[in-house]
Amino acid sequence: MKDTEIKRLLFAHIVCVFSIILTTIVPPLFLENFSVLGTHLIWLCICSICVTTVNIILYIILKPNPSSKRISLAHKITKFLKCCVFFFISCILFHGIIVLYGAPLIESVLETFLFAVLLSTFTTLHCLCILGPNIQAWIRVFSKNGAMSIWDNSLQITTMCSIVGAWFGAFPIPLDWDRPWQIWPISCSLGATFGYVAGLIIAPLWIYWNRKQLTYKSR
Amino acid sequence: MQRWPVLLFLAWAGSLFFCGIGLFTSGFLLMRIELTNRSSCADPLGAPAWAGQGPAPGACWLPRRVPKAVLLIIDALTFDFARFDPAKDRPRPYENKLGFLHQLSSSQPRHARLYRFRADPPTTTMQRIKGITTGSLPTFIDVGSNFASYAIQEDNLLSQLVQNGRRVVFMGDDTWDGLFPQKFFRSYFFPSFNVKDLHTVDDGILQHLYPTVDGGEWDLLIAHFLGVDHCGHKHGPDHPEMAKKLTQMNEMLRSLVDHLGNDTLLLVAGDHGMTETGDHGGDSEKEVNAALFVYSKRPLFGARLPEEPETVPQVNLVPTLALLLGVPIPYSSIGEVMAELFSGDGDAASAALRQLSAYHVNARQVDRFLHSYSLAAQDLPAPRLRHLRGLFSAAVEEHAQLLGRVREGGPPSPELQARLGRLVGRFQHYLREARAVCMESWARFHPLRMVAGCALIAASCLLCCLASELAALDFPYRRRLLYPLLWGLAGAALLGLGHLLAREGLDLLLVASGGAAASQLGFFWHLGGRRPLPARGAGVRPPGPSAGLWQRLALPMGALLLRCGAMFSDSFVVAEARVAPFLLASLAVLLVGRLLWRGQLAALEAPRQHKKSWQVLCLLAALLACLRLSSLFHQCREETPLCQPSPLLAPLAGLPSAQAKNLSYLLCVASLAGLVYALRRWLRHCGNLNGSGPLVLFVRWAFPLLALCVACYWAVASGAEDTLGKLQEPVQAALEGFPRAAYGLACLGLLLALWEPLTVFVPDGREAAGAIVTPYQRAPSSQADLLHVIPQIYRRMQESLKSQLDGGERGAPVAAYGLGSVYSAALLVVLTLLGFLLLLLHSERLSLAFLLLFLEAFVLLRLHAWVGRLAGDAEPFVVPWDAVTSWALAATQFFYSTGHQPVFPAIHWNAAFVGFQQGHSSHLVPALLVGANTFTSYILFAVGCPLLLLWPFVCEAPSSPRRRLKEELCEEEPMMEMRLRESPERFSAALLQLGLKYLFVLGMQLLACVGAAMVLRRHLMVWKVFAPKFLFEALGFVVSSVCLLLGISLVLRVDCALSAWFQRLRPR
Repeated sequence: MKDTEIKRLLFAHIVCVFSIILTTIVPPLFLENFSVLGTHLIWLCICSICVTTVNIILYIILKPNPSSKRISLAHKITKFLKCCVFFFISCILFHGIIVLYGAPLIESVLETFLFAVLLSTFTTLHCLCILGPNIQAWIRVFSKNGAMSIWDNSLQITTMCSIVGAWFGAFPIPLDWDRPWQIWPISCSLGATFGYVAGLIIAPLWIYWNRKQLTYKSR
Repeated sequence: MQRWPVLLFLAWAGSLFFCGIGLFTSGFLLMRIELTNRSSCADPLGAPAWAGQGPAPGACWLPRRVPKAVLLIIDALTFDFARFDPAKDRPRPYENKLGFLHQLSSSQPRHARLYRFRADPPTTTMQRIKGITTGSLPTFIDVGSNFASYAIQEDNLLSQLVQNGRRVVFMGDDTWDGLFPQKFFRSYFFPSFNVKDLHTVDDGILQHLYPTVDGGEWDLLIAHFLGVDHCGHKHGPDHPEMAKKLTQMNEMLRSLVDHLGNDTLLLVAGDHGMTETGDHGGDSEKEVNAALFVYSKRPLFGARLPEEPETVPQVNLVPTLALLLGVPIPYSSIGEVMAELFSGDGDAASAALRQLSAYHVNARQVDRFLHSYSLAAQDLPAPRLRHLRGLFSAAVEEHAQLLGRVREGGPPSPELQARLGRLVGRFQHYLREARAVCMESWARFHPLRMVAGCALIAASCLLCCLASELAALDFPYRRRLLYPLLWGLAGAALLGLGHLLAREGLDLLLVASGGAAASQLGFFWHLGGRRPLPARGAGVRPPGPSAGLWQRLALPMGALLLRCGAMFSDSFVVAEARVAPFLLASLAVLLVGRLLWRGQLAALEAPRQHKKSWQVLCLLAALLACLRLSSLFHQCREETPLCQPSPLLAPLAGLPSAQAKNLSYLLCVASLAGLVYALRRWLRHCGNLNGSGPLVLFVRWAFPLLALCVACYWAVASGAEDTLGKLQEPVQAALEGFPRAAYGLACLGLLLALWEPLTVFVPDGREAAGAIVTPYQRAPSSQADLLHVIPQIYRRMQESLKSQLDGGERGAPVAAYGLGSVYSAALLVVLTLLGFLLLLLHSERLSLAFLLLFLEAFVLLRLHAWVGRLAGDAEPFVVPWDAVTSWALAATQFFYSTGHQPVFPAIHWNAAFVGFQQGHSSHLVPALLVGANTFTSYILFAVGCPLLLLWPFVCEAPSSPRRRLKEELCEEEPMMEMRLRESPERFSAALLQLGLKYLFVLGMQLLACVGAAMVLRRHLMVWKVFAPKFLFEALGFVVSSVCLLLGISLVLRVDCALSAWFQRLRPR
């Protein structure tokens, strides 16, 4: 049971990683003058959209937390709308936090907001897919011994890796190297992306290695 | 309660750091005193005339030999660039590109010559320009009258030329504009900052060069090309771009020579060289090896051409050029004239005599400088000076004799010729010795002292860390303090004795650092000697000490390490204003995140806990908002050209629109009022504002008065420009009177706080006496008896406070108000007073920054108190490391957010004149005022440091009366700060531990700065970034540690007064 679960997780994560790699390779075939650094905003949009779609499709296919109850269509629609609202709020919140951390307030608002959207895609969207719009469940997952399945564990790892990656991405900004990737928010968004990819890769491995220790309370 | 040992231990730890700082500084910062004297034509230094030469018209010291000169400075023109070797068959991109120089010197050997031009380190452009114009050796601190601008204050070539009516035209690097403001007859400056830009400056010069030369309206033309240097920085020397740039320079020289007149002297010089990678700043052979090329259409040199180009020190250019152009040599020049240029036509004897007269003037000028310098400063060794004096007088005497013989006439005999030659040698010897002596004491690091200072600081950090961990346990002061002090005294005495026996001068600094090192050794020796049994601490410690330690230390130490690492990169030092808040925000977020992770934040079962969690989140948001808002008050430094300094830093008087001025003024006054109101509100909340003690009265009445004084001063100062002529006098009086009144009031308040720091109120003696039920009929005599009484008094106080808050009947017995926050109340009053005092020294609108500072400190204290409570820390007497680290980070952050930067031009010099419009008679007061202004945040945060210990206890108080009603009365009453008094031993240990922890955090930052300055002393940015940063950090450390000591001693003073107060209750 557990091994098949880990395999499904691995499969999902590999698809995610490939989708991110594709966002850097495919668009130049269709768009002129596209490069991740040069036209960073377009890449941010493409990456966010791509990761969102892939995550939702994976969620529909894999159903990580299958519930036994039958759910009505209306309930599903309200849930979906709730998710949208949550996502939007998280974008705003991330934007606020980024500005509080020192991003420019008025200049390059679009850049900051798109970066916030990217971060939300890497973190909130994942949570929404796996846990649904349920704050209590989120708080439970993000505490020690709160994970109830390997999906929860992978959620912890990918989310933290993305945020830590974005945090480290801020480090090279003050350096006087004059590289194109030091411009706001490129280093941070790249850091977040690398962190996310690293999280996606680490999570199945870590779970596989610790599968003996991981025991989950039933719900 | 051990009061004196705590203070003594902290003072000792601080002084260990001071010794380390002093030792390092003496090895790293080489100082030179700038003399303000100026040479003039009237100085009696002119050469005695010899036969056949009358005083020439316009002569000054020596007759003018060259009417006009062109000085071309090609930045970073290494000697290798200028040399031409036809034998090379495959030259590298930078070789053999200046063929024109070679062509001139080989075809006209008497007209042109190439020299090696030896630069003195530091080989940065600005220091080199100083060297080429003043003829001195610039060190990092040229102690002069003015730090505020980079303008050269010393006597220099340009000011001599201007003084003597010559026209100096400049084109090129705009660094010269800062160094010589308003000195040029005409000037064309071009921006030098963008190192990537190879062509703007050079093309700009080329556009103006030839028309200006042809126009002829100049006596000295200076052109400073930057392309070669920038090309080196961007591509390195070994690059095709460099070949292009050098070829361009070659063509420029070729056409320039065509434009020159017959009587013009052309000098082409590099200010420094460059390394293989194109950098410069240090003292490696490649960096100091520049080129100098001299050319004139009239023959200059003797026929003899040296095989290998001679080496000329860079300072030699100044006396040579000055005497050739017929102006006095700048006062502080220590260069030696290039005698070949003075030989002129004629036979060997007359050439030697001309050279001798130049040498003679030169030697007399250098001797005069050495004499004045040795009067002003003691850093030149006296025996060497005596030796130099001997050389000088012997040479001068001989010169006079020889002149006498020449005047007697007769054909110059070969014997006379030989003596003339020897005399030239003696003058040269003297001048070179003098330069060597100066160089030895001004331009050399002392690596041994630097390493020793660094090691001393590192060991002190270790000591603080160890002692702070041990302080929680049993801390025998005799072993930990007395013995090390004795060791230190013994070490210092031994060292001093050794010095005396060796008959050297007693170097106090060395002796002090020796003592410090010995006392540290003593500490560690007695530490290792016998481990004290952790008898009392064992029970409280968590079961897994190592894991617990790791968890406790990981976050704050990680933040501290990142901050220390950032000191080693010039970019991060420049961007520190953003680094510190970033780290502080990360630390706070991680703290709260850890609570969430451990499930302590949202214990959903208990609704009350839920509310607390929300409070923590709100506090976090408030902290982040404070951090972000405080960045509105940033100042800019030179290294970030795109940065705009905050408009809020400018004084109100400069605002053009009256409406904006009024609005900002109202805002500032509102923030003042807010500060006063917040303090009174808080004290009332804690019950400290009752009663009629002197301090309470002061808070009630003098604080608004103080705010009024400040507001009035601001009003007068911001409107002073517009006042009519008649009102000038009263306005001046007001400008002096209001700040002085505020100073006086603040000092009075501080004295009151020291004299009578208690803000406890006992309303009525009889009633209070009846209320205290002592189990003892007789007066409590021992400490233990007193300990029994205190909680009772406290409970009474609590009840009374509650009844007052409820607004119910007044029947309840009343004992004492405000006992639970008596320590923090005194500290808060002192902090606010200091805040007002320092506020006065800043420009008006920074009052908003001060408001933010107090708000952020408050939020930090509350956040840490809550976090500590939610995390369920078993040990309330231990201030966690995260709190101390974030406190220190906040101090750094507000250094920047009060409009400061660690560079000299960013110091607010205006602060020296607040209340002293007419200037000062002494240097002490302005230094104090400017220092207080600069280190404002360090002062406030260091004095407020004990609050970190007190606040968790203060926060025990019920925050609202309604909540209290809900709770059961039988629940144990919160004791607040009286819990500290209940266990005086642990209280003093906790204070000591807190002080040591703060010292450790500051010391680590200092250590990082010191390490960066030492390791990167050859870095390009060392004099612009690292050295000023080190200076500010070191001074900040000194200020912080002194203020920390003051804060802790204030708490101990309150404790003292409290003991006396309890004693007074005894007779009842």
